Amino acid sequence: MKFDTPATQNPIDRQTVVGQPRDRVDGPLKVSGTARYAYEQHDVVPNQAYGYVLGAAIAKGRVSSIDLKSAKAAAGVLAVVTAKEAGKLGKGKRNTAKLLGGPEIDHYHQAIALVVAETFEQARAAASLIRVDYATGRGSFDLEAAKDRATKPPDEDSSPTDTSVGDFSGAFAKAPVTLDQTYTTPDQSHAMMEPHASLAAWEGEKLTVWTSNQMVDWGVTDLAQTLGIPKSNVRLVSPFIGGGFGGKLFLRADVLLAALGARAAKRPVKVALQRPLMINNTTHRPATIQRIRVGATKDGKITAIGHESWSGDLPDGGPEVAVQQTRLLYAGANRMTAMRLAVLDLPEGNAMRAPGEAPGLMALEIAMDEMAEKLGIDPIAFRALNDTQVDPEKPKRPFSMRRLDECFKVGADRFGWSRRSARPAQSRDGRWLVGIGAAAAFRNNLVMKSAAWVRLDANGIVTVETDMTDIGTGSYTIIAQTAAEMLGVGLDKVVVRLGDSTFPVSAGSGGQWGGNSSTAGVYAACIKLREAVAQKLGINSTEAEFADGEVRAGNRNMPLAQAAASGPLVGEDILEYGNLDKTHQQSTFGAHFVEVGVDVATAETRIRRMLAVCSAGRILNPKTARSQVIGAMTMGAGAALMEELAVDSRRGFFVNHDLASYEVPVHADIPHQEVIFLDETDPMSSPMKAKGVGELGICGVGSAVANAIYNATGIRVRDYPITLDKLLERMPDAA
Amino acid sequence: MRAFTYERATSPAAAAKAAAGTRGAKFIAGGTNLLDLMKLQIETPSHVIDVNGLKLDTIEAAPEGGLRIGALVRNTALAADERVRRDYGVLSRALLAGASGQLRNRATTAGNLLQRTRCPYFYDTAQPCNKREPGSGCSALGGFSRQLGIIGTSDACIATHPSDMAVAMRALDATIETVKPDASTRTMPIAELHRAPGSTPHLETTLAPGELITAVTLPRPAGGTQIYRKVRDRASYAFALVSVAAIIQRDGSGQVALGGIAPKPWRVEAAEAELPRGGKAAAAALLNGARPTRENAFKLMLAERTLGAVLSEARA
Repeated sequence: MKFDTPATQNPIDRQTVVGQPRDRVDGPLKVSGTARYAYEQHDVVPNQAYGYVLGAAIAKGRVSSIDLKSAKAAAGVLAVVTAKEAGKLGKGKRNTAKLLGGPEIDHYHQAIALVVAETFEQARAAASLIRVDYATGRGSFDLEAAKDRATKPPDEDSSPTDTSVGDFSGAFAKAPVTLDQTYTTPDQSHAMMEPHASLAAWEGEKLTVWTSNQMVDWGVTDLAQTLGIPKSNVRLVSPFIGGGFGGKLFLRADVLLAALGARAAKRPVKVALQRPLMINNTTHRPATIQRIRVGATKDGKITAIGHESWSGDLPDGGPEVAVQQTRLLYAGANRMTAMRLAVLDLPEGNAMRAPGEAPGLMALEIAMDEMAEKLGIDPIAFRALNDTQVDPEKPKRPFSMRRLDECFKVGADRFGWSRRSARPAQSRDGRWLVGIGAAAAFRNNLVMKSAAWVRLDANGIVTVETDMTDIGTGSYTIIAQTAAEMLGVGLDKVVVRLGDSTFPVSAGSGGQWGGNSSTAGVYAACIKLREAVAQKLGINSTEAEFADGEVRAGNRNMPLAQAAASGPLVGEDILEYGNLDKTHQQSTFGAHFVEVGVDVATAETRIRRMLAVCSAGRILNPKTARSQVIGAMTMGAGAALMEELAVDSRRGFFVNHDLASYEVPVHADIPHQEVIFLDETDPMSSPMKAKGVGELGICGVGSAVANAIYNATGIRVRDYPITLDKLLERMPDAA
Repeated sequence: MRAFTYERATSPAAAAKAAAGTRGAKFIAGGTNLLDLMKLQIETPSHVIDVNGLKLDTIEAAPEGGLRIGALVRNTALAADERVRRDYGVLSRALLAGASGQLRNRATTAGNLLQRTRCPYFYDTAQPCNKREPGSGCSALGGFSRQLGIIGTSDACIATHPSDMAVAMRALDATIETVKPDASTRTMPIAELHRAPGSTPHLETTLAPGELITAVTLPRPAGGTQIYRKVRDRASYAFALVSVAAIIQRDGSGQVALGGIAPKPWRVEAAEAELPRGGKAAAAALLNGARPTRENAFKLMLAERTLGAVLSEARA
């Protein structure tokens, strides 16, 4: 099915199942510990051996010698794989550095060996016996120091590196009110609960991997490419994922090394990246330095807006696209954005939940708060003054739907914004200085083609299969709801099977495109199945109504199952997109409100309450969507207050490489969260009229916290995370 | 983890004797720190002596009017003990400020005293660390040192002792009871348990080889207002940037120890004369001679302000 005209009335609009706050269909498996995650696939193949990864102890240089003798002789060891043993390997286009390093080392904890043994403990013990000598090379590890050597990276199809409209410099110079500030965001880790883990088994030339991966087809493609085997020889299975956040979009070392280890040991091999490797072996969200300039008239109309961002990555890597939202969020006739990329020899940077917008808004939405204060205008009113219903860089291109103002209005009312003092440091509750802040949430809505097949059997059971993944988002549930709605059956009649490359290729989970895109693919397959059912029952499919387990046409009423009495019926289709996302800018919007308390003595910041108001098309399941948004708000709170990969710029690695030292929020940090979804459908996005929320929820949270801290204390911090040491010297006397 | 042999000790003296007689032996109680370190090969004992069965898990009234806490009393039990909550509030609060419920259920009193630093370089066996590998150098000096020590450190090591419980015990003037391999026993003030790092940061305590802590005794209740204030980046489950254990009397005098800033619970008895004059004066005396790094210099001001807040709270 090609989606190239806005959606009209369709069966999803009934919203008898879709749009309802249904429990997760996979919930019982999750809470009973019976959902099979990659490392727990104990019985899919017999005779599984265990691999343990050795990571490089230097950031840059060469392995000058590696002695495997003791490791090979250690108890239980079946094989040791290094780059030498592995022979020539390719590289998937989505990886920057090689997944198995040596002799050249590209980054700290790059895998340089895998030990395979009968038990995990034996593999781990043997790995410690490998003796490696290194010739350490000089690397570049400090973004601030490398900034001046940064260069303009090549344009990407969807997003140019630089944009310019009108005369930014002239307009900025002439503007009566201006802001010119620099903000920084640190490197961050996905820090998901489940580490990267894989089990690999060869059967002749055929390889099966059970893994934890958000994008099944990307994984198959890049694994085949790396191993130099046909894609058709690779099966990848990823039914449950214990958190990904972008860290599992790509093929990583666990998959490749499990495959190489299994080949060497001639046994199935499972590999989990040990926790200390989680941070330096895989990808992370790169740090940014962002300069924002805003010029406005005295009555608050933006006349010039400029946003530049510097980030670093390994050679041939890419920039963090932190200026993305500034191209679209606010009006202003004269504008510029630019991104510059420095070579850094830290582990490779890549996507993490809302890449671009998450760090970009952490800067831009502080700037808007600062500018509003300079203008003496309420920050929400300032944003409303500069609202735009068209792409400000291409004014002929309207937003498909944009209700940012309404998000702010609803939120302001709900949160009690009117009680905020425009003057900071005015409110106190015992030892706490109290403040509230707001920020816009913005994230583009990406649409990705997605396929599925749907089978009806004689018992009336509907089975959906697609290689879509559920990374904790609720894909199983919303796909089941979609099929149930389309075929007029209860959720108890729907079986959903995901995450297997033998199923049709889906959108996968990333960029908050998964929910809308994958259900749209299921919608298309269901349309095909409805046609097959109608044909079988001898009725006109356009007249047929599917409801209550029946198919109704005219005065005829037939059980749905009857259509499959003589054999299962299958509907298969792919939903592909025309250019509605070119003619219209599709984005999701929201407003975040945060109240913080800052301890008057210690400057510890604790969040007291949070509210997000989201405008994101049809909400397919308010319960799982809310769960997505509060999770993202929590991640945003972490980004604001504590998350930072500490760079050792002498030795070139992230020092705090475990969950004890890379702090993410705990329950006590997140006292009260509320989420409101505006009731809407966006017919430009897909037949589902839905958009994404999983990333929208993090976008803007950081600056809402920063703005609340300013409101509480009068101290403006522009470098994240806003830890107490950045406030302390400017805090008032505690007494 | 290296392979190791294992035995269950039958008495405290037997445990001490066994430990002294076996090279590379380690006691294990709750294991909440040791097992993690063994998995990372930071600790590589060849022999592990399990002391969990030694029945050192009771809290009894001490003859002098205090409380005698068995070495194996779990942190959860100690924090919840009615006498501790009533008479030694600072200790109960310190315990509950540490770790998580699950860890406190396992962690023991003696184990808590002997836990090792959380310096991130100590935890990465690819990095030089004088504490882990004597003579290899200190990566933390000039590196990521925000969490680390500002006083009592040395050029060889700036690690901190991570305990909350020990800070309260130091403020309370606890004494440590031990048994030696020859079955003799001794007591020492908690102040004498932890060593300054000097040029030998791998030597962390004054315990002799094999010597086993059997109990911690608290003196008679000190009364006063007892406060434990732990400052950290997140609201729970994080080590202290700075913590203050304080017992403050009505007249403003008191006993104060600081955590998160030194290789041991940090107390300077002479500085306590300044307490009635407020946090600034007391902190200046307590932190005299501090040598912070650029990254953790904020701890000086933080300690001063936290102490000030604690004193105000005590006065209120």
